[in-house]
Amino acid sequence: MSHMINHDVPDDNEIQIEKKFVPKDLDIDKDVSWAQINKDVLRSLDRPRPVFWVIFFAALALFSFGVYCEKYQYENGLGVADLNNPQVWGLYIATFIFWIGMGHSGTLLSALLHIIHADWRKPIYRYAEAMTTFSLLTAALFVLIHLGRVWQFYYVVAYPNERWVWPNFSSPLVWDATAIGTYLTSSLLFLYTGMVPDLAICRDNATGARKKLYTFMSLGWQGTDRQWATFRVTYMTLACFLMPLAVSVHSIVSTDFAVSQNPGWHITSFPPYFVAGALYSGCAVIITLFILLRYVFRFEAYMTMPILNKLIKMTFAIAMVWNYLNIIEYSTVWYGANEIAKQQLLDKMTGTYAPVFWGMVFCSTVMPFTLLIKFVRTHLPTLMVVSLILNFGMWLERVQIITPTFGHSQYPWTWTSGWWPSWVQFGIVAGSFGWFTMLFMLYCKIFPTISMYEVKEMVHDQSKMLKAKGVA
Amino acid sequence: MSLNNLIKNWTSFRSRRPYLDQYKNADYKWAMVIDLDACTGCNACTTACYAENNLPVVGKERYEKGHAMHWLRIERYWGEGESVPVDMVPDRGAQFLPMMCQQCEAAPCEVVCPVGATHHSADGLNTQVYNRCVGSRYCSANCPYKVRYFNWWQYADSAWPNPLELQLNPDVSVRSKGVMEKCTFCVQRLRESMDHAKTDGRLVKDGEVTTACAQACPTSAITFGNLANPQSQVAKKWKNQQIALEKDEQKKDENMRGYRIFEEFRTYPSVVYLERVRDLEA
Repeated sequence: MSHMINHDVPDDNEIQIEKKFVPKDLDIDKDVSWAQINKDVLRSLDRPRPVFWVIFFAALALFSFGVYCEKYQYENGLGVADLNNPQVWGLYIATFIFWIGMGHSGTLLSALLHIIHADWRKPIYRYAEAMTTFSLLTAALFVLIHLGRVWQFYYVVAYPNERWVWPNFSSPLVWDATAIGTYLTSSLLFLYTGMVPDLAICRDNATGARKKLYTFMSLGWQGTDRQWATFRVTYMTLACFLMPLAVSVHSIVSTDFAVSQNPGWHITSFPPYFVAGALYSGCAVIITLFILLRYVFRFEAYMTMPILNKLIKMTFAIAMVWNYLNIIEYSTVWYGANEIAKQQLLDKMTGTYAPVFWGMVFCSTVMPFTLLIKFVRTHLPTLMVVSLILNFGMWLERVQIITPTFGHSQYPWTWTSGWWPSWVQFGIVAGSFGWFTMLFMLYCKIFPTISMYEVKEMVHDQSKMLKAKGVA
Repeated sequence: MSLNNLIKNWTSFRSRRPYLDQYKNADYKWAMVIDLDACTGCNACTTACYAENNLPVVGKERYEKGHAMHWLRIERYWGEGESVPVDMVPDRGAQFLPMMCQQCEAAPCEVVCPVGATHHSADGLNTQVYNRCVGSRYCSANCPYKVRYFNWWQYADSAWPNPLELQLNPDVSVRSKGVMEKCTFCVQRLRESMDHAKTDGRLVKDGEVTTACAQACPTSAITFGNLANPQSQVAKKWKNQQIALEKDEQKKDENMRGYRIFEEFRTYPSVVYLERVRDLEA
């Protein structure tokens, strides 16, 4: 990769000192000039430091190990995953829900906050959108990985065929495939549409192969009034279209469980519970990435503490909603008349999977309360650890939804305990994190992670200022 | 359509049992009765099932991992309060329950299969199409009886070393890895006899066809037949036990022994079990 952005890179330390202090009531410093914004954001596309490649190849290695596990499983059958009857789903479906869930807050941040004109979203929505897209791509992998005959996966798609055999539209898995497919394509489109003006800025500053790429992708953007008008309408339309989708996707994923009759799954409150859980884990990841990007790309002037504070407030609120729904779920089971579900709940809390359950309670129910402490909110390394713990808790939550139900379902003869996934399952789960990290790192170096044109809307209108000064 | 009409239609749609209505005037509805009083837990039915349906013997290690393929399994239960002894058996002995696919009329597995690999046949069987199965295992997840078995390995490679593959039943396909399978009520036998009867222009007579397990049972604990034929053994036993297919809650005489497992889930199973009668003092 050559050095493609042709602007002068000022000394890093200088910039930092100059930007660090943002007044408390403002999201970002309004006196930043437009040229400065361009410069700072495009700097993130520069030739990466060696540590980038170290992390990238670590992620690649992790991903390759996952691919190896999948190959091993493909050749030998799913028996190598140590799944069994009745423990048929295991970590694959749990991790699938985890990734789908992560892909929700990106849309919430970009679409919902765009519709309600919450301006603080502007510097941080782009990478959240990208995170959404990549986690959906990762989730889609798990759908395939967990199939017994992955080479026949296209049977699930309603494709025209000479036998007139269709998928079974009453199956929640088909709803899943449809919902995820719709969500993936629309959020990809949304991400791309929102990026077009920025790609044009990249195009104007790039040379060589990158110039060609950005020229192709910016679709001839010139920034004319007509283009802006069309762009605004398109973007708003897409945002409105995405909002109901973001709610529906995880609701539909929850029907995989709510529609079945198993104890612990057959619960009416599952759709909102899943949506809340999804937003929760997504927000936690956005905080993690916020801290990372802010540190790595020195985005202190744009990813500011007031914005982070708002993000944390949102996360805390969603965490409380999730907690509330969790309490609702367990108390309806506890006070309900369904003896089987009650026993299953007790088994979940005291049986083999008690560590998973109580781990979830600690990580996702207790930990968010630390966000009330000012030190945690302002000390970034601590906050980073907290956000990772929240995420781990949400992964545990998905595991404790799936596993104990199989271990303790209606039929006593099939009650099992002590089931543990094999190294193949853990390998594939680890590989999925490698895959996600890889994709995200590549994205950060090819596309701007901060929306330049929207940050410019947040600072003083300099064209007017310059006109007033008589310069332009 | 007025709102009232809509609500009325909706409620009638909700209370209709689409799966059950179609057997009112059907020629065939295969069903079973298992008398637990007669069952000695000898496992002859399981063995017969393995031989008839090309089930692989998976070996101790895989059995312990939960990879066994027993379509028909004998479950052993001890009485209440009896611990499972290592070297002794309680005086009253264990109870046995042969468990296989209950061929539910409103089967939970059928609705959730993404590709429709498991569906309902016109004669009331819950069938599994191996060629169509992609192996999502949702059917097993949703089966309350957990009687569906997944091919975790390519058993065909190891279960029948040469020349054992010659003893495979040519009427039954050997399943590959990654598909779900379960008891079919020996559908290959049913289809053959139904074809014969059709050629002769008649219906299958009672006793003309039976499943491998019923055939092998030394105490005749298993009765198999056509429920749509009121003269069949099965239909008579169902009637004697005051059990009807379309009911989800049987109100029975206290002396009746018949019951269906998990009726309350509205799966409408096709297998009736007759309770074991025993003297509590013994």
